[in-house]
Amino acid sequence: MFVRGLKRKCFDGEEDIEGTLAGIKAIPSYNLQRQSLLDMSLVKLQLCHMLVEPNLCRSVLIANTVRQIQEEMTQDGTWQMINTQSTGQASLDRLVSTDILCRSSRDSAEGKHVPAYGTFNKDFESDQAQDRTETMSTASSVQAPRNLQSNVWEMENPQENKGNFQKSLDQIFETLENKSPNSVEDLFSEVDNSYYDLDTMLTGMMSNTKMGHCDSLETFSPPTNTASNSNCKSDLSDLDHIVEILVES
Amino acid sequence: ADIISTVEFNHTGELLATGDKGGRVVIFQREQESKNQPHRRGEYNVYSTFQSHEPEFDYLKSLEIEEKINKIRWLPQQNAAYFLLSTNDKTVKLWKVSERDKRPEGYNLKDEEGRLRDPSMITVLRVPVLRPMDLMVEATPRRVFANAHTYHINSISVNSDYETYMSADDLRINLWNFEITNQSFNIVDIKPANMEELTEVITAAEFHPHHCNTFVYSSSKGTIRLCDMRTAALCDRHAKFFEEPEDPSNRSFFSEIISSISDVKFSHSGRYIMTRDYLTVKVWDLNMENRPIETYQVHDYLRSKLCSLYENDCIFDKFECVWNGSDSVIMTGSYNNFFRMFDRSTKRDVTLEASRENSKPRAVLKPRRVCVGGKRRKDEISVDSLDFSKKILHTAWHPSENIIAVAATNNLYIFQDKVN
Repeated sequence: MFVRGLKRKCFDGEEDIEGTLAGIKAIPSYNLQRQSLLDMSLVKLQLCHMLVEPNLCRSVLIANTVRQIQEEMTQDGTWQMINTQSTGQASLDRLVSTDILCRSSRDSAEGKHVPAYGTFNKDFESDQAQDRTETMSTASSVQAPRNLQSNVWEMENPQENKGNFQKSLDQIFETLENKSPNSVEDLFSEVDNSYYDLDTMLTGMMSNTKMGHCDSLETFSPPTNTASNSNCKSDLSDLDHIVEILVES
Repeated sequence: ADIISTVEFNHTGELLATGDKGGRVVIFQREQESKNQPHRRGEYNVYSTFQSHEPEFDYLKSLEIEEKINKIRWLPQQNAAYFLLSTNDKTVKLWKVSERDKRPEGYNLKDEEGRLRDPSMITVLRVPVLRPMDLMVEATPRRVFANAHTYHINSISVNSDYETYMSADDLRINLWNFEITNQSFNIVDIKPANMEELTEVITAAEFHPHHCNTFVYSSSKGTIRLCDMRTAALCDRHAKFFEEPEDPSNRSFFSEIISSISDVKFSHSGRYIMTRDYLTVKVWDLNMENRPIETYQVHDYLRSKLCSLYENDCIFDKFECVWNGSDSVIMTGSYNNFFRMFDRSTKRDVTLEASRENSKPRAVLKPRRVCVGGKRRKDEISVDSLDFSKKILHTAWHPSENIIAVAATNNLYIFQDKVN
């Protein structure tokens, strides 16, 4: 998959038509693979076991991988491309559904927005007061280019995609660093039981979809149902639809 | 039985200690070889079992602290008792393991059950005598070295001065004196002022076997730093920096992850260090920093499976590596309960399996082969049939003989050279 430099040469070879949308579509597999790797990485960072401190080495390695992909995407111009393409469009990414699912349960509990990586940054909470009504707010940096307005990490003014992305990574390390020692306690104090159920469900859903992703690329894991894949990739524009997905999985 | 998380022979090889996920330490002792049964060369039997660490809860962070034993290191024996260090994520403990085979009898003030005697009934004074009793092995915690690590301890290493030792976590290394538990010196600190800039962590550390001022530590970026404690109190500036330039043809998104070093070990001679990353074992000469002198492929057939291994987190597995007593053979574990040995002089390697189903006790182990291509021969196993839940992360080699201990999940296997 990503192992051989061959793929990249292939990509580089088609640079002359790359400038156009058609060019991007002509080599969807590499972008798709890269995107799925990015999604996978962000999910890994997000779904860490909350009772025991996450493994710092693993988190750092995953975060570095995410950074590497983001840098490459910026260089390729893919980052900007996606941005201009789908502003305001409902996110198609499975990861977004994860965010919304995570957030929807907590939001309903306290009416606040929760950053994707499970951190409760008190500064951010006060800033996000205005975003309360947004349903499509994205914590994932991947969504930042797609939906500038609704990025949770954003402050008042829209920022550079890179800045948002960097902030997301920053949040991860802030959790790990426990700069705000009360944050995790707050998390536990405000979370209700439904969170843990959601977590199990998500993990189940994730493992289903995870299998599907790498399946086409390697014969490593046996083929699993692609139904959940399509579920995740379907349009998610409102909470009803999200609930539907929850029920299905 | 719990999952074994560390295995270590003591300096004579007489004792073998294992630590597990439940915080227990089990020590095995080698039988004295008897002339009556020469074919039964000293086997290892359970000598002592004790609970080293208990699960804890960090109230400040609302997080559990696992009791899993990450590492055990023996101290060289200086008297009749044995001493070892065992550590979990946060606390290092010094344990004394001693034998008791006599007990005093004939106290004046107490009777045999330990109850106080009525003083008015005592008419005669006697001197207590030591009488033999059944051998009892007791383990007592002699020192507890706590509250010095914010991050998870991954290594401990006893210094050759036998007075100090170091403990390393993801971002810091501390130096301790065995006698002092309420203080430790911080000798390495790679924590950035701004945690957002964190891109590299410490993965393993070890003291030089002979030079008490020298130690090495490895990183998640595949580098090794050798530090000299004589240069400064804080060894943030390395004396030597070992890094192999990246192979551009093998570059992928997983390059950094698979280059992360999971274990570093000095050779017994002190001239070389061995490092283990996800796919290879490398031997470095301390005098050459720009590349290793030897590279051994452990399971290169996994290179095309990195995406799946990333997905199921196997790519983050931390394999250890060990030298044999003469530094001529190195050993490390793999998946499917396989472990690999590389002979440095003959350049031959072998893959063996630690499994009860596939080998009978005392039978010679059959070399295993993993087939990569299409055609699978009779005895080979294909890459896709490998069981990635059966990983051998921890192995140990007797300091002088060809006896190895291999931990396969919750089973311990001990293999010896075949006796003719």
